[in-house]
Amino acid sequence: MSASAVAASAAITPENREREVSLTAPAKDHAPRVFSRDPADFPVPTGREEEWRFTPLRRFARLLEGAPATERLEWTSETPIGVVIDVLAADDPALLGLPLPVDRLSALAVANADGAVRVTIPEDAGTEPVVLRLHGDSADALAWGHLVIDVRPFAQATVVLEHTGSAHYGEHLSVVVGDGATLRLVHLQTWDADAIHAAHVSVRVGRDATFRSFQASLGGSAVRVLETVDYSGPGGDAELLGIFFSKAGQHLEHRMLVDHAVPHCRSNVLYKGALTGDPEAGEDGIARSVWIGDVLIRAAAVGTETYELNRNLLLSSATRADSVPNLEIETGEIVGAGHASATGRFDDEQLFYLQARGIPADIATRLVVRGFFAEVITRLGLPEWERLLQDRIDTELGFEASGDHDDTEAGE
Amino acid sequence: MATLEIRDLHVSVEADGGAREILRGVDLTVRSGETHAIMGPNGSGKSTLAYSIAGHPKYTITSGTVTLDGADVLAMTVDERARAGLFLAMQYPVEVPGVSVSNFLRTSVTAIRGEAPKLRTWVKEMKTAMEGLAMDPSFSERNVNEGFSGGEKKRHEILQMELLQPKFAILDETDSGLDVDALKVVSEGVNRVASSGTVGTLLITHYTRILRYIKPDFVHVFVDGRVVAQGGPELADELEANGYDVYVKAAAGS
Ligand SMILES: Nc1ncnc2c1ncn2[C@@H]1O[C@H](COP(=O)(O)OP(=O)(O)OP(=O)(O)O)[C@@H](O)[C@H]1O
Ligand SMILES: [Mg+2]
Repeated sequence: MSASAVAASAAITPENREREVSLTAPAKDHAPRVFSRDPADFPVPTGREEEWRFTPLRRFARLLEGAPATERLEWTSETPIGVVIDVLAADDPALLGLPLPVDRLSALAVANADGAVRVTIPEDAGTEPVVLRLHGDSADALAWGHLVIDVRPFAQATVVLEHTGSAHYGEHLSVVVGDGATLRLVHLQTWDADAIHAAHVSVRVGRDATFRSFQASLGGSAVRVLETVDYSGPGGDAELLGIFFSKAGQHLEHRMLVDHAVPHCRSNVLYKGALTGDPEAGEDGIARSVWIGDVLIRAAAVGTETYELNRNLLLSSATRADSVPNLEIETGEIVGAGHASATGRFDDEQLFYLQARGIPADIATRLVVRGFFAEVITRLGLPEWERLLQDRIDTELGFEASGDHDDTEAGE
Repeated sequence: MATLEIRDLHVSVEADGGAREILRGVDLTVRSGETHAIMGPNGSGKSTLAYSIAGHPKYTITSGTVTLDGADVLAMTVDERARAGLFLAMQYPVEVPGVSVSNFLRTSVTAIRGEAPKLRTWVKEMKTAMEGLAMDPSFSERNVNEGFSGGEKKRHEILQMELLQPKFAILDETDSGLDVDALKVVSEGVNRVASSGTVGTLLITHYTRILRYIKPDFVHVFVDGRVVAQGGPELADELEANGYDVYVKAAAGS
């Protein structure tokens, strides 16, 4: 069986009720064609390119210009025993074997970061989370960063990378999960309202290795995260989870490309987003999100199993959620491949049911939104961070972070 | 002693061809301790009556009043009505993904009682109520109505009635979709609440079957958006024998 492809684009209007999107379109190879560390190899985007057409280029103009850094993000870390953090010079040979940038922003991040910070997690390291906190003081500051996470073969690691405060930040994160190793990576955009952040998380999954990623974009003015995953041997397993909450004026964009080029690997993508804009504020009041899920199964990748799902919840009419799953299959000898995308309005029947049980409308809304995200958040498996995300979502909804988490309480 | 009074209630819904009147002058008075059965054919407007009392936004009240001890129910929000003591067990309970039954019940009980129940007594209270309805304890960890069978949904509705102890309970076809065993269990639950004498019950049903287990004090025949006949329990027996035909024909002729 040869190439068949499914692509779907859903410019969702708020009037749409939930719907499953699966439109068939001609095969189109979404894999990057240029891999390079040199920004000059990537022309400045015009906005017409497939990979830039959803991005508000003006808001990323300063990053796309690519001037050298004026500042660095403040950086603090907690590391379990055995984990090593060191700094690599730009010409360090260790940087040569890493997955290459695939667009202008990621190439600029590598070039301007001028070297990298490397976190090495050996097999015998402690298994508590490695926590890296990056903080910026002002959206005026321009900062670049290249971080390398090197999980050695058979290591078991959790890395939490948290971004707070504000900045114009261009990030390249190189992740290598060694053979037989497991990495859980939590990448949090809990920025202040005026931050601009472009990230490329580039992951290589080793033979029989497991990569679990959790992205959360719950802040910032414009955030664009590109995750690329490839496999260096059979038996690799990648799970990409994510949540985002976009409010009036915010642009939150998550793009992923999973490239299955070796046999018997798995990938599973699950993203959930909520959007609430301000219908009174015109264009400025629109909450915006973009989710692009590209999965490529090349001819050699027999025995592949992949599924991707994006669900979005619209909490007002001033919202626009683009959701484009795209699956390209060049071999018929796979275990399974599927995708779904659904964007729906907040369900008034749920609200009525909860209110009919005495629960005030605002608390009922919070329950429903929490419930919507619960399926993803509880899969994080780190209770302390789950609570932080829950509180942050409550704040986005306009509640004081309540600290009340009935589920855990009632379960005692 | 509380009174729920419905006077000349007219209700319409937005349909394709404009507003369509469904309730056409309903009069009904229910007092604490009383059980009223409302019986009528499909499409006669029974659920519309239930939803209108509960405040579902889909229904527009065009005239008439609903009062609870004199207080204007129609001026209240949906949650205010529930906190005032109204409870609607729904014909088609709604799924709420990601919200556990235990979290939902606790939030609801907290809202209705005005304070959070103490954790220890609460867990026991919930457990006892669930046992009474032959519900497996694992239900409390499941998401509200998600993947529940028809019968499980109905038990879950009556579980809420038992925990919330309303002044007036409207049970919309709680008997439909239940096998005989489940019907007994659910009826016992309703009777437990009713035995306190502090609840007035409006039992909406299509069939007389449930009336073997829950004894009504009054029976109202509901046809074409209004009550067309009323009487005691014997009226149900008559309906059992003769059906709604004679009432439907009479209403059509009027
Ligand atoms: N949103 C709506 N738009 C148009 N018609 C409606 C709407 N809601 C209800 N109706 C109509 O109103 C009438 C009464 O409906 P209702 O659900 O109240 O009947 P019911 O007596 O509860 O019926 P059943 O025994 O089947 O439960 C029906 O003819 C129904 O089709
Ligand atoms: Mg009905």
